[in-house]
Amino acid sequence: MDFNFTEEQAMVRDGLSRLVREQYDWETRRSVVDSESGWRPEVWAQLAELGILGMPFSEADGGFGGGAVDAMVVMEEFGQGLVVEPFVPTVVCAGGFLKHSGTQAQKEEHIGGIVDGSRIFAFAYAEPQGRYDLADLTTTAKKDGEGYVLNGHKAVVVGAPWATHLVLTARTSGEQRDRDGISVFIIDKNAAGVVCRDYPTVDGRRASEVYFENVAMSSDALIGEEGAALPVIERVVDEAIAAQCAEACGAMKVAHKMTVEYSRQRKQFGVPIGSFQVLQHRMVDMFTECEQSVSMSYLATLKLDASETERKRAVSAAKVRVGQAAQFVGQEAIQIHGGMGMTDELAIGSYFKRLTIFDSEFGNVDHHMKRHIGLNGS
Amino acid sequence: MNLEFTAEENAFRDEVRAFISDNYPAQLADFGMREDMSPEDMVAWHKVLGEKGWSVPAWPSEYGGTDWTPTQRYIWSEENARINAFMPLPFGVSMVGPVIYTFGNDEQKAEHLPGIRSGDVWWCQGYSEPGAGSDLASLKTTAVRDGDHYVINGQKTWTTLAQYADWGFFLCRTDPDAPKPQQGISFILVDMKTPGVEVRPIKLIDGGYEVNETWLTDVRVPVENLVGEENKGWTYAKFLLAHERSGIAGVARSKRGVEKLREIAGAEMLHGEPLINDFDFARKVSQLEIDLAALEITELRTLAGEQQGKGPGPESSILKIKGTEIQQRLTELTLEAVGPYGAPQYASISGEGSNEYPIGPEHAHHAASTYFNMRKTSIYGGSNEIQRNIITKMILGL
Repeated sequence: MDFNFTEEQAMVRDGLSRLVREQYDWETRRSVVDSESGWRPEVWAQLAELGILGMPFSEADGGFGGGAVDAMVVMEEFGQGLVVEPFVPTVVCAGGFLKHSGTQAQKEEHIGGIVDGSRIFAFAYAEPQGRYDLADLTTTAKKDGEGYVLNGHKAVVVGAPWATHLVLTARTSGEQRDRDGISVFIIDKNAAGVVCRDYPTVDGRRASEVYFENVAMSSDALIGEEGAALPVIERVVDEAIAAQCAEACGAMKVAHKMTVEYSRQRKQFGVPIGSFQVLQHRMVDMFTECEQSVSMSYLATLKLDASETERKRAVSAAKVRVGQAAQFVGQEAIQIHGGMGMTDELAIGSYFKRLTIFDSEFGNVDHHMKRHIGLNGS
Repeated sequence: MNLEFTAEENAFRDEVRAFISDNYPAQLADFGMREDMSPEDMVAWHKVLGEKGWSVPAWPSEYGGTDWTPTQRYIWSEENARINAFMPLPFGVSMVGPVIYTFGNDEQKAEHLPGIRSGDVWWCQGYSEPGAGSDLASLKTTAVRDGDHYVINGQKTWTTLAQYADWGFFLCRTDPDAPKPQQGISFILVDMKTPGVEVRPIKLIDGGYEVNETWLTDVRVPVENLVGEENKGWTYAKFLLAHERSGIAGVARSKRGVEKLREIAGAEMLHGEPLINDFDFARKVSQLEIDLAALEITELRTLAGEQQGKGPGPESSILKIKGTEIQQRLTELTLEAVGPYGAPQYASISGEGSNEYPIGPEHAHHAASTYFNMRKTSIYGGSNEIQRNIITKMILGL
């Protein structure tokens, strides 16, 4: 048993931590989030330079041979600064599909661009009727000669406005909620028939409703086996969840720290409000929730390569526990900040909003509680 | 003891239901509190009620109240909540109005009560300051007597909708040397058009601008605007806060909110079934309804006590705590119900192309912003921590 980071992981963390501290102070972030594009391609380029974007890929594929623990380290730092750049969709999701089921040719086609920062992905998996059910798909890819024709509507595709490419799920056969008949494709976002309606999200990111209108895809757009992609989709989504749990841990730690600091500064009745026991204990509870979440983030990350059942149980447990903690810590942080917590003037509101939306990505608490129950005894 | 309505009460319900359905402004249908509401919208129903004589039901009849029993008032709020009516704002009707008719002089009553009743005069509340929130009595805004005037200097904050206000009621320190901070405070009415009053909107986490900083710089106010006695303002302030609290529970509105939540959860799908058929989700909705039922009866018991001449006492703090917890839980579950479509920031999305390429169902459009906004309810009106302190002291005697 070893909960220590390797020397390289510690170096990555320190480098990233410096980048977040120096370039992601809250005022800067706010002006970026409010800007036309909503992100900074130059930060993305720096992440490429630091090797962050290539970290989880094997050296044979042009990466730096890291793994899930490295992604966790990165995401916790990102969470501390509320970094909006699309690391999860690009590196974890698109990267995950390429690693697990890409052909050599597909890896060569895409991984180099991910590593050097030129190829940016969004993961289009959710649909308006599907809620968190990865198999509830009405988007179809119909065989057409050598290739496919794609039609459908994907909901809340995070990072799509910045993406050059989309990795998407579609039904190649079967009925709407069948586990079989699902396939994964990679397409150029500029392909004819891809229509994006872009918008900001309440937690400072950008997303799109993505509509596919008779998009022609060649046969090499297909990643993995036709009609048999659900297990790998579940695996990649679990990897994304582990990464976002780490992000939530970073955000919670900062929210907690800010709250304790505020309670030291803010005086009422002639004393700092942090001297009131009722607030002290609640800040202790926040701290406990943060620590429990960090533990669950480790658990999920370390089980990503375990058996399917073991992996799913660990990831669902983490998503439930961290989801509950994120809500508690976010709400208490605002409450203890009082009226000031309600204003757009303090950073704490942005942390609260990110921690709120965390629950509705890749399955909320109820969804993962059900999955956990379903795996009992198996 | 019984919970049944009498024939007269049912007749009253029919009467108010018919009146609401015939007279509620069409442009406000099922509006709630929304960021795109104009100030005219916010007083539209108030003005209709003013003409009918129903804008201040809780006031004594000599000042324009309706003499309704607590049950009738309860029916009245239920019927309004049924259509999600945007009710008269509380600052005049439930806050300064009762202070003026209870502690004000005849001139003040004649000058101010008609405008509050009719909705023609918009009021705001100048209580909190940057350094005086939960510890309100530590407020620093001063009013110094200069001949026939008070000269007011200081900064107020969280002044809700002050950007539209004609008048404000302010707590000011008139005796800085009083032995206790509560003893040197006065309750003063200020015409917001007086030179030296400056209102600066504060942007909140939901993107809206409903509260303000209000700066008062050498604001000269006639001494006639002092309500009651000088340095007795704390008594009036506490009286007002107790009134505010008893209306703050929002039971009828939350009942309508639960219905709305059920509608949303009936439209949202989970594995091809309405979400409301999901046991986990249905259980949470029922838990909320059960908590709300307990609050409703508790509020009715309080109202009945008021009818027997007991003013709203410290137990109104229970109504504030539970009422706001329920309102917040309602927004939590609504956000949960809309799933991934809670994330888009609808307020900043233009309508262009909206029919062809819609973003999420209509019922999702305010879920996140309302959830964010409603965090304020456990902070304002005396934070829920302060309410617990009140119960600790006044009821438990600790």
